[in-house]
Amino acid sequence: MAGIEVTALHKRYPDGTVAVEHVDLSIRDGELFVMLGPSGCGKTTTLRAIAGLERQTTGDIHIGDTLVNDLPPAERDIAMVFQFYALYPHLRTRDNLAFPLRAEGLPKAEVRARVDEAARLMRLGPLLDRRPRQLSGGEQQRVALARALVRRPRAFLMDEPLTNLDAELRAEMRTEIKHLQGELGTTMVYVTHDQVEAMSLGHRIAILNKGRVEQIGTPLEVYDRPASLFCAAFIGSPPMNLIEVEVADGKLRGQGGLALTPPPGLPRDRRLVVGVRPEALEVAEPGAESSVPARVVSAEWLGDEIIYVVDHGGQHDVRVRMPSTVRFDADAKVGLRHTGGAPAVYDVSTEELVA
Amino acid sequence: MAVSVDEAVSAGPVPKHAPPTRRRSGRGRAIVEVALLTVLAVVMLFPVLWMIETSIKENRDVYAVPAKFFDFDVTLDHYRDVFVSSGLSVSFLNSVIVAGASTVLATVLGVPAAWAYSRFTLKAKKDQLFFILSTRFMPPVVVVIPIFLMYRYIGLIDSALGLILIYTAFNVPFTIWMMKGFVDEVPAEYEDAAMLDGYTRLQAFRKFTLPLLVPGIAATAVFALIFSWNEFVFAIFLTSSDEVRTAPPAIAGLIGGTTVDWGLVAASSVVFALPVLIFAYLVRKHLVAGVTLGAVRR
Repeated sequence: MAGIEVTALHKRYPDGTVAVEHVDLSIRDGELFVMLGPSGCGKTTTLRAIAGLERQTTGDIHIGDTLVNDLPPAERDIAMVFQFYALYPHLRTRDNLAFPLRAEGLPKAEVRARVDEAARLMRLGPLLDRRPRQLSGGEQQRVALARALVRRPRAFLMDEPLTNLDAELRAEMRTEIKHLQGELGTTMVYVTHDQVEAMSLGHRIAILNKGRVEQIGTPLEVYDRPASLFCAAFIGSPPMNLIEVEVADGKLRGQGGLALTPPPGLPRDRRLVVGVRPEALEVAEPGAESSVPARVVSAEWLGDEIIYVVDHGGQHDVRVRMPSTVRFDADAKVGLRHTGGAPAVYDVSTEELVA
Repeated sequence: MAVSVDEAVSAGPVPKHAPPTRRRSGRGRAIVEVALLTVLAVVMLFPVLWMIETSIKENRDVYAVPAKFFDFDVTLDHYRDVFVSSGLSVSFLNSVIVAGASTVLATVLGVPAAWAYSRFTLKAKKDQLFFILSTRFMPPVVVVIPIFLMYRYIGLIDSALGLILIYTAFNVPFTIWMMKGFVDEVPAEYEDAAMLDGYTRLQAFRKFTLPLLVPGIAATAVFALIFSWNEFVFAIFLTSSDEVRTAPPAIAGLIGGTTVDWGLVAASSVVFALPVLIFAYLVRKHLVAGVTLGAVRR
């Protein structure tokens, strides 16, 4: 087991495409670290550089105390699980699991013992004599996980391992992976574009965009205080409402008069935008205390909650999350008010968090 | 789709709004289709049939007027002549050597190239691939004179090696393009996984990707083989002696004396056509697998 240090990673392909602009990561020993971002943000390239499947243009990668820049993948003592499982199609489950061990040249008895242990851990008993094509997607992915863990590597690298599974199975496997990582205590780097996966799995999350790290933090930090406008718009479903505000008589005021509590240490003389989570707003009867007049544009009924889209004073498409007991029809006149604490405030020009 | 619609119409009772004539017109159309296809098949297959017939006729029946379709004496003399007295057996052997060697060379060069083009990010990859394809744009006859002069200069004229090289040059671009499609279909993750398991990149290719490419390689090689086997223009320009000539110019050479032994021409043509037919038949499974690979997503 080991931590992973990525320092000033830069990857440029021969055809001129820059996949990773500049990435610094410090992944702790035993941590489940998630890299999250839209496609093309450089998260997979970073992971493949850690694995040794891509050679970075500049920058250093340490696994534990070893500088691994020039080590081939096999000598980095890591295991990787792929989106398409990559089980060897001509081998039975048992042999797929044994494959990396035999490649290492371990004695037969040892190989057998380790395969049995991994199979028990992933509950693969009845599947051991089948070939990959006789397995369902979920089963294939469990075999792929087992194949990664028979090696007892210093770190697991996961490249969108659940993307090809259906929703129900994905939730199940998510729990299983989290449980497994906790039990083994092995460092895991997990790449995904699915924020739900990132939030539920990660000890810490790195949000990547255009080959740069936008923010690193615990799921809660990332959710509560996105470090940039990009993160604010990326995390959460629906994402934060971004409302232009100005500071007036001790309050933050948006267009149309919506008032918000200002955080301490606000800079002066800058154009500001606040990020307000849909659950930090409230739709009420028109004229309710400290509310501003607004109009319901549409309502999305999700069963346990309703997402209202409202217009108010020139501010369009403000999203508000309400319990399903509060019901307004489309086009209804309502009052909109802010209920949460001080929101995250961003500078319009730098797009970064200022308070 | 059309079949299922027809079935639906004929199986159930005729719906009120459908005029009964529709069924007849459907059947009428089928008759016309079959008739047209029959005519087409006869036109296409007649030369082949006639070639086979001529190859087993006595000479006097070959020249009989009116032509004899059925009541002729069967003889295998022409086939004996092909292998014994005509000297064509040397040409056939040359064809086997030239076509076989150029196909093997094109495959050995083209498959790894296709793999590289599929797997790696290269500078101006698209332009490179287009350039490779562009070498197939012009008809071969355009370059035959320059090639002739070059070959004469470097001493490759009238040699099997010369033909093998030129056929390989024509087959490699084809092999690269066709094989790149097949390699694209094999997920790169197999190689990634194998590399993490301790293999080098080339070992990973050989052990995991290559076996999955066998159907594609078979299909590609058959096409390359057919090209080399049938090639006529270069063969007739670049070779002159009977010891080096391949079968196509040698068979063509049988025509043009004072008398033409049509029986021999037909028999040698049959012998010439057979190997490719047999080979394609043997690998037909792979050919179909090759053509349909990737049609359905895993």
